[in-house]
Amino acid sequence: MKIHIPTPLRTYTGGLETVSISGATVDGVFQQLTVTYPELKPHLFTSEGKLRSFVNVYLNDDDIRYLEGKQDTAVNDTDELTIIPSIAGGTNL
Amino acid sequence: MLRIQYADYEALRAHGEETYPNECCGVLLGKNIAGESDRGAAMNSAAADNMVQQIVRAGNTRTDSAHNRYNIAPQELVKIQRQARGLGLDIVGFYHSHPDHPAQWSTTDFAEAHWLGCSYIITSIEQGKAATTNSFLLRGTGEDDKKFEDEPIQIDIPANLAATAAQNQKGSA
Repeated sequence: MKIHIPTPLRTYTGGLETVSISGATVDGVFQQLTVTYPELKPHLFTSEGKLRSFVNVYLNDDDIRYLEGKQDTAVNDTDELTIIPSIAGGTNL
Repeated sequence: MLRIQYADYEALRAHGEETYPNECCGVLLGKNIAGESDRGAAMNSAAADNMVQQIVRAGNTRTDSAHNRYNIAPQELVKIQRQARGLGLDIVGFYHSHPDHPAQWSTTDFAEAHWLGCSYIITSIEQGKAATTNSFLLRGTGEDDKKFEDEPIQIDIPANLAATAAQNQKGSA
């Protein structure tokens, strides 16, 4: 399946915006992604192996955190995953 | 350096005036020039430019505290990234406004900045009018060593507009 990589993380995918990775579940795809591109791992996961809080992952148009199966959700080759770090901020007042 | 067209620069400032007293936010699409083949080197090189070719307005989801917070819904970001891909562009930065607050990054801005190599533009809106616009480049290799650096903005003015401006200046001198 296709995985879309956000601008800052393309450093670790050889500059690629889209990479193709096979897997049966979201988790499986991520495992394979970090095997293929090991430098991505610390940017996506904490040392305990949890997805970093500011990293959003969308399976097609759905946030995986809100999918019933979460990271165990089954995927097929025509699905697309998008990794998108959060954008927020504001004044301190 | 951040390079942006005059029309886009004016549009993002106007966006902040429109949403005042709330914060506005949006996304900068373009290219990191010098960055295509070696982004790692590019984002850590002072020579790399984020060149804006299009700005996209985004909604501020922080309706609970929109006067001093902004957040772009990830769902909207996914759409914007898809749009960028269709245009052959990348997300190269973001902009937001600080209503009645200086155009400097805050600790909140820094804590919530995660797009390394991207430009973060902040415009101060004073009493509803766009005042100062600054850009900050998020440098570093990760959360542990990231930092905001002041980034010069080069505004590209079309030749015909520049000629008119020069003419006006001559007339008023």
